[in-house]
Amino acid sequence: MHTWRQRIRPEQIRELSLIGLIVIALLIFGWQIENFLSARTFNRITSSVAIVGMVAIGQTLVVLTRNIDLSVGSIVGFTAYFVGSQLAANPGLPPVAAIVLAVLTGGALGLVNGLIVAYGRVPAIITTLGTLAIYRMLLINYANARTITVDSLPSWVVELSRQTLFAIGDFAVRPLFAITIAAMVVFQFVLAYTVFGRRLYAIGSNPEAARFAGLPAQRTVLAAFVLCGMLAGMAGFLFLARFGNITAVAGQGIELESVAAVVVGGVNTFGGSGTVLGALLGAFLIDLLGQGLLRWLGISEFWRDALLGLLILLAVASDSVILGWLRRVWAAPALRAEVSNER
Amino acid sequence: MNAKLRRLLSWEGLLLAIFVLVAAVNANLAPAYLSLNNQINLFQLSIEKIIVALVMTFIIINGEIDLSVASVMGLAACIVAVLFDRGAPMELAIVVALLAGALCGAFNGFWVAYVGLPSLAVTLAGMIGFRGVARILIEDRSIGGFPAWFTALGQQPLLGPFPLSLILFALLFALALVVLQYSGVGRLVYVIGHNAAVARYSGVDVPRLKLGLFIASGLVAALAGVLLAARLGAVRGNTADGFELDIITMVLLGGVSIFGGTGNLAGVGLSILVILNLRNGMSLLNVTGNVQTGVVGMLLILSVLLPNLAQMARERWQRRAVQRKEVQTGVETSVSS
Repeated sequence: MHTWRQRIRPEQIRELSLIGLIVIALLIFGWQIENFLSARTFNRITSSVAIVGMVAIGQTLVVLTRNIDLSVGSIVGFTAYFVGSQLAANPGLPPVAAIVLAVLTGGALGLVNGLIVAYGRVPAIITTLGTLAIYRMLLINYANARTITVDSLPSWVVELSRQTLFAIGDFAVRPLFAITIAAMVVFQFVLAYTVFGRRLYAIGSNPEAARFAGLPAQRTVLAAFVLCGMLAGMAGFLFLARFGNITAVAGQGIELESVAAVVVGGVNTFGGSGTVLGALLGAFLIDLLGQGLLRWLGISEFWRDALLGLLILLAVASDSVILGWLRRVWAAPALRAEVSNER
Repeated sequence: MNAKLRRLLSWEGLLLAIFVLVAAVNANLAPAYLSLNNQINLFQLSIEKIIVALVMTFIIINGEIDLSVASVMGLAACIVAVLFDRGAPMELAIVVALLAGALCGAFNGFWVAYVGLPSLAVTLAGMIGFRGVARILIEDRSIGGFPAWFTALGQQPLLGPFPLSLILFALLFALALVVLQYSGVGRLVYVIGHNAAVARYSGVDVPRLKLGLFIASGLVAALAGVLLAARLGAVRGNTADGFELDIITMVLLGGVSIFGGTGNLAGVGLSILVILNLRNGMSLLNVTGNVQTGVVGMLLILSVLLPNLAQMARERWQRRAVQRKEVQTGVETSVSS
C-alpha cells in the first residue's frame, strides 16, 4: 500500500515539476514563435546557463547549510580578469594551468568568506555583502581602468565558446556547457552519496542537532564556502572564454542571478533541502522564460528584470504552499495509522 | 563597574570613540572639514541613504530584511521623471511616486506577513522586479529638466543653511526615535524581532505590524527616491542602484543584530556619523568611490568579527581559568584524602 509514496519524496516532485514546466514552456514557445526550437536558441540559452549554472551549483552548497554567498559575482569578475591578464601576459600558459589558476583564485576568495563565517561567527549575509564590495575594490584597483581584449588572449580560450564538442542533430553542445553539466553530475553525486554531502543537509536543516550529533559544523561550512568560491572561479574562467573582453565590472549581478536560480530550483533558503540539479534546472527555466517571453510577447529587453522578479516570487510562493501541501499528503497515512493505533 | 563606565564600553561608546577619531583625523587633514558647509555637504551627499536607514532599523530589529529599498528609490524617481516627461504636474507625479512606493512595500509585506515567505527571498524578488518596472518605464533614457522649484528643493538651502532633505531627516529621526524607543509600537517591534512566536501567543497582531513596517519602508524609500531625483536633477534606469549595501551596512554597524530583537537608533545614528565622516575624509584624501565602498565593507565585517573574536578569546580564557582551578582543587582534595 502506498509504496510509491515511500519511493518518491515530495522534494523530488519539485524537480519533476521543474522539468514539466520547462517542457510546457518549450512546447508553447515552439508552437507560438517561429523558429524558436532552433540550434540558435539552444546555443544562446546553454552558453548563458553554463556560467550562471556553474555559480548556482556553488551557491546551492552554501545555501544548503543555511548560509548565502553574495560575493560570487565579484569572485567571477575577479577571476575572469585575473586569469585573463595572466593569459595575456603569458600566452604559452597551458589550458590546464589556466583552469587550475582560476579555481584556486576563486577558492582562495571563498576561503576568506568561509573563515569569517564559520570561525569568526559573522552571519553569511553580512560577510559576503562586505566581501562583495571588497573583492570588487581589489579588482578595480588591480585592473586600473584597463580592459582585457579578445585579441590579447590565446586563441584556444576564445575557441572554447565556439567549438562543438558533439552534436545531436542540429543542437551543438559547446565545451562550456559540457563542463557545467559535468560539475552538476559530480556535485549531485557528492550531495546524495557522500558523508560530506549529507552533512551539508544535516547542518542546514538543524544546526543545533548537527552540533549535538558531533558533526564538524565549522569545517563543513568552511568547505562549502571554499567549494562555492572554486566553482565561482571556474565560472570566471567560463566568463572569460565566452566574452573575451573583460572590464572591471565583469560578473556584476551574477550573485543575484545565481540566488534566483537556486530559489527557482527549489533549494530552501532556510537550508536543508534542494539539489544542484534543481538549481541548474532553475537557471535553465529562468533563461528559457526570459528568452521566450520577450520574443513571444514582442516586448522589449527592458521587461526582463520585472519578469525575473515576478518569477522568483512565484517560485518561492508556490514552493512554500505546494510543498507544505505535499508534505501533509505524504504524512497523512502515517498520521492515520498512529491515530488508529492509539485507539 | 558603575553604569557610566559600562555605557562607555558598550557598542555605542565604541562607535563614539571611532567617530571622534575619524573627525580628529579629518580636521587635521583638511581645515575645511570643520566648516558648517562641509558638514552639511557631507550629510547631503548621502542624505537619501540615511533617511532609508532609519526605517531599515525598524525592519531589521523586527527580524526581517528589505533588500528592495534601493529599487523602490529608483522606481519612485523614475515615476516622477516619466510622469513629468508626459506632461503631468510635478505635484501629482510626486504623490503617485509616493503611493507607488507604499504599494511596493505593501506587496513585500503581504508575502512576508500573511503568506509567511522569508523576507530575504521576497525582497530579493522585489529588488529585481521593482528595478525592472523602473526600466520598463524609463528604458534607456535619462530624464531631466525638472521645474526649477523642484531641483532647488533638492539642492538649495531651505531654512537658514539647511536644505529640505536634511530637515526631513532630522524630523524623521526624531519621529523614529520616539516611536522605536519610547512607544508601545516600538516595544512590539523588539518583542517580535526577539521571538515572533511568543509575541503571537501573547496576542500581538504580528502580521499587521510587519505589513505596516514594510509599507513604511516602501513609502520612506519612495520619498528618498524623489529627494534623490531632485538633488541629482536627472533620473536614469540605474538611479540608486546598489544603495541597499550602504543602507544595511549603516544599520548593522550601528549594533543592530541581523537576527532581530536588539539594537537601537542611537547606535544607528552614530554609525551613520562614522560612515559619512569616514567617506568624507577619504574624499578629502582623493580616495575613489570604489575603494570607499570597499573600506565600508571591511568596516561592516570587522564590526561583527572583532567583538566575536574578543568574546571567543574571553570564553577560552575563562574556560582555562576554570580548568586550572579544577585541577588545583583536584590536587588539593587528593592530598587531603
